[in-house]
Amino acid sequence: MEILLVIIIGLLYAAGIYMMLRRSLVKLIIGLILLGNGANLLIFLLGKIVKGEPPIIADTEKMLGEIYADPVPQALILTAIVISFGLQAFAIILIKRAYKVVKTDDLDEMNATDEDL
Amino acid sequence: MLIAVISGFVFALVIPLIMGRLKSKSTLWAALLPLSIFVFFLSILPEIQDNGHVRISYQWVPSIGVNLDFYLDGLSMLFVLLISGIGTLVFIYTSAYLKGHHFLDRFYAYLSMFMASMLGLVLSDNIYTLFIFWELTSISSFFLIGFNNDSEASRKSALTALAITGIGGLFLLAAMVGLGHVTQLNQISAMSSLSEVIQGNNLYGWILLFLFLAAFTKSAQFPFHFWLPGAMKAPTPVSTYLHSATMVKAGIYLLARFTPVLGNHEWWNGPLIIVGAITMVYAAIHALFRLDLKGILAYSTISALGILVFLIGLGTSAALLAAAVFILVHALYKATLFLVTGIIDHETGTRDVSQLGGLNKVMLPVGIAALLAAISNAGIPPSFGFVGKDLIYAATLGMGDLAWPLTILAIITNVALLFAGFLAGIKPFLGKLPERFQHLHLPGPAMYAPPLILGILCILFGLAPFLLESSLIQPVVAGLTGTEPDFHLQLWHGFNLILLLSVITIGSGTALYFILKPSENLLSKVTAFEGISPESIVRLISSGFATFSSGWTRFFQNGYLRYYLITILSFISLMLAYRLFTGITLYVDTSTMTAVTFYEAVVLIIMAVAILFTVFSKSRLVAVASMGVVGYSFCLIFLFYSAPDLAMTQFSIDTLTVILFVLVLYNLPKYLKLSDTRDRVRDGLLSLAFGTLISILTLEVMNETVSKETSQYYAENAYILGKGKNVVNVILVDFRGFDTMVEITVLAIAAIGVFGLLKLHLRSTEKE
Amino acid sequence: MKTIIFKTASAYLLPLLLLFSVFILLRGHYLPGGGFVGGLMAAIAFVIHSFANGIDKTKNIIKFHPGFLMPVGLLLALTAGSLPLAFGDTFMTGLWMKQSVPVIGSVGTALFFDTGVYLVVIGVTLTIIFTISEGL
Repeated sequence: MEILLVIIIGLLYAAGIYMMLRRSLVKLIIGLILLGNGANLLIFLLGKIVKGEPPIIADTEKMLGEIYADPVPQALILTAIVISFGLQAFAIILIKRAYKVVKTDDLDEMNATDEDL
Repeated sequence: MLIAVISGFVFALVIPLIMGRLKSKSTLWAALLPLSIFVFFLSILPEIQDNGHVRISYQWVPSIGVNLDFYLDGLSMLFVLLISGIGTLVFIYTSAYLKGHHFLDRFYAYLSMFMASMLGLVLSDNIYTLFIFWELTSISSFFLIGFNNDSEASRKSALTALAITGIGGLFLLAAMVGLGHVTQLNQISAMSSLSEVIQGNNLYGWILLFLFLAAFTKSAQFPFHFWLPGAMKAPTPVSTYLHSATMVKAGIYLLARFTPVLGNHEWWNGPLIIVGAITMVYAAIHALFRLDLKGILAYSTISALGILVFLIGLGTSAALLAAAVFILVHALYKATLFLVTGIIDHETGTRDVSQLGGLNKVMLPVGIAALLAAISNAGIPPSFGFVGKDLIYAATLGMGDLAWPLTILAIITNVALLFAGFLAGIKPFLGKLPERFQHLHLPGPAMYAPPLILGILCILFGLAPFLLESSLIQPVVAGLTGTEPDFHLQLWHGFNLILLLSVITIGSGTALYFILKPSENLLSKVTAFEGISPESIVRLISSGFATFSSGWTRFFQNGYLRYYLITILSFISLMLAYRLFTGITLYVDTSTMTAVTFYEAVVLIIMAVAILFTVFSKSRLVAVASMGVVGYSFCLIFLFYSAPDLAMTQFSIDTLTVILFVLVLYNLPKYLKLSDTRDRVRDGLLSLAFGTLISILTLEVMNETVSKETSQYYAENAYILGKGKNVVNVILVDFRGFDTMVEITVLAIAAIGVFGLLKLHLRSTEKE
Repeated sequence: MKTIIFKTASAYLLPLLLLFSVFILLRGHYLPGGGFVGGLMAAIAFVIHSFANGIDKTKNIIKFHPGFLMPVGLLLALTAGSLPLAFGDTFMTGLWMKQSVPVIGSVGTALFFDTGVYLVVIGVTLTIIFTISEGL
């Protein structure tokens, strides 16, 4: 299973970067999101994945049992997911604003100084 | 003493604020600062005379040995008095010279900043603060030279000066670090006892080389001399203060300061004598052909600096005595001549010596000052210059085998210098007054008093050299040679060889003055050689460097995001690939892995297909939808592998992201095929390579054992300390609560950003 | 999207989802859930409502600009964090009530902190979504 996940991580990175190398602003942001997902999965995987043992203490216990999913990467990823939402929202609005001003989402055409706008 | 140094910096900060408020027309009061510093140091003079030195130390950055160690001995005293004394006169002079100038406050700020750095430089005993103050003088000099920042020549000269002296500063740092390494000390005054240790060290040659480069660049020695004539673009008070009396002497100071530490070695003496001799003769001859008064003075200053380097290179106690006296002599007469030139320029509007004459009739006091300075410059008795020149000849004559060649070089230099002095100090004032200067009148006393005072001092010290002997010159020489001085400064030594040489110098110099008339013709003959002068070579190097760096920058900083990405990624890929395939043997431990179940495999396949759709879809809506599918598959993976919190969060966020995209995308144009197939293949290959590398890297990292200490702690204490059973949530709101606090703040900022970007901006465009 | 079924459903969905989101928030300390997820749920509830009835109606329900939830939430979180300072503990030390409250369990500063997070997340999400749909 881990090997499959590793392949997916590689695929996410490759797809993210490929999209970021495109000229369209929309694709750039999609690429960023894919890349972020890839990174999340990477962190998740490195914390050693465990099946069916969520890091939640049983009603009768006072601490986790012998086997449990690592809570630290989970907390990290949760933070990352929420933060990247903020980032994405901001980026999406930037596209919108940029499109309103320059009437294109081609990055190359945006590559001009302010006077040309 | 610290106050004396710091006050200049504080003054520089404060003065632009108060000068504007003070409406008063006169800015004479600004001179109170250097005057009080001058008086303060004068009051310490007896202490120096008795004890030899005063030492004060303040901690600054003790952890790396950078302390404000101030050490005031004879040599420092000589410079301190020059800096603050001439500073006072320059401050007074400036108040008239730049009267009503728009940026006068700024000028005073730079000037006092320079004065403070210079004081710091000559007082520093710590090798690092020495470097810091050294650089500060370069920087303030840059501002002062470029003061007329609307003139291109000014800006260019300022840059040249900064480049040359700045490079020198770096060499100084190298020399200082070397010295500190060899001696394990930071205090210069403590190093002189280790002189033999340093000279025996392998690094000695390098330290010398770097130190010489620093001193030569600052003191405008051949072949770095060319920035000084350029620096004459600065207003005259600056030329006077920085480029004749004080800053250019910093290099001399440096050499003198390190004479007891590094000197008395053939590697020390030889280069100094050679460079000093070349500079003094080369520049003195150059001075003969100049028309611009400031140009003449600039070259004669370079020549004088050459003499000083030469004398320090000789290294005998007679030579060091001569150097000490000559520093003072030169500062006095050269400052006078510069100030006079400034007055001439200010009043007549020209500095072309061939057009000037007869100004005595309109500004007699200025003429007197100039005459006194020219006499001292020429070394005609009873001036202080005569004393100085005698000492120089005495020093060269005492050099054994080399006595005569060295003396002849000194004579040639002195003859040319005498000529230059007459040209600047006498020529403009004698003869017939041109028609167009008839209406001129004497400027205010704030302008002519400073040169007059200096001019009178030139003669006064000549008539009564005992005024300086025990108080100032003896401590200097004692500090430099380390022995008790036994000499007496005298005007009259009786009839001897030295007197004869003086007479020859004065005679031939005066004769030259009457024979050689400065003209355009002569100037053009010299300028023909400029193609091979060091200045042109440096310009060539610097322009080549500029072309190269702008090409380099344009290649990498081309403004296209994807090329930046490509550069970065290719580099990372290469590094990763190199490391992975050379240093690490790949192996995958399948035994510890979890088995693949049917559901998971299906989810992963869906995910892979969705990724491919996202990338290759022609429609934006499909791309966004497939991205949503990728996100939901993530939820499932998180769910399978015991992360319910993550699954829930991912689900909500994914929903919202898709909604956002859809909301915005309706207004955007359709995907266009923007790149050709070649680009796509190239990008595809690069991203595949990078993705593969990441996969391999992940596999490798998974083999590493992960330290579980942190997780263990949280797992054990979540309920006991945090009273919660959902460990992830306890981490978020309790153990790492502060992080979460910051995170929600960031989120709020993002929302405000979105709000501002859309709402506020729209309103401002509506206004237009 | 403004079908009658959807409209009618959303009228009931909104309070239900909001209640659910509060439930998620409160149980977060013991079971999966918490301020982040709860906040997102609540935001989604409002978004669904706005899709069905138009954004103006949703705004009428909320009555004030959702942006105000951000400072309120931040202040609540900060207060919860700095409350221990008043008792001589360091910043962010968890304080707990002696008796536990039914349904919620034991009440402590962490709960208030999480509620702050909840409010901020609602505020941020709704601000973003509303701003965008108005800007269209």
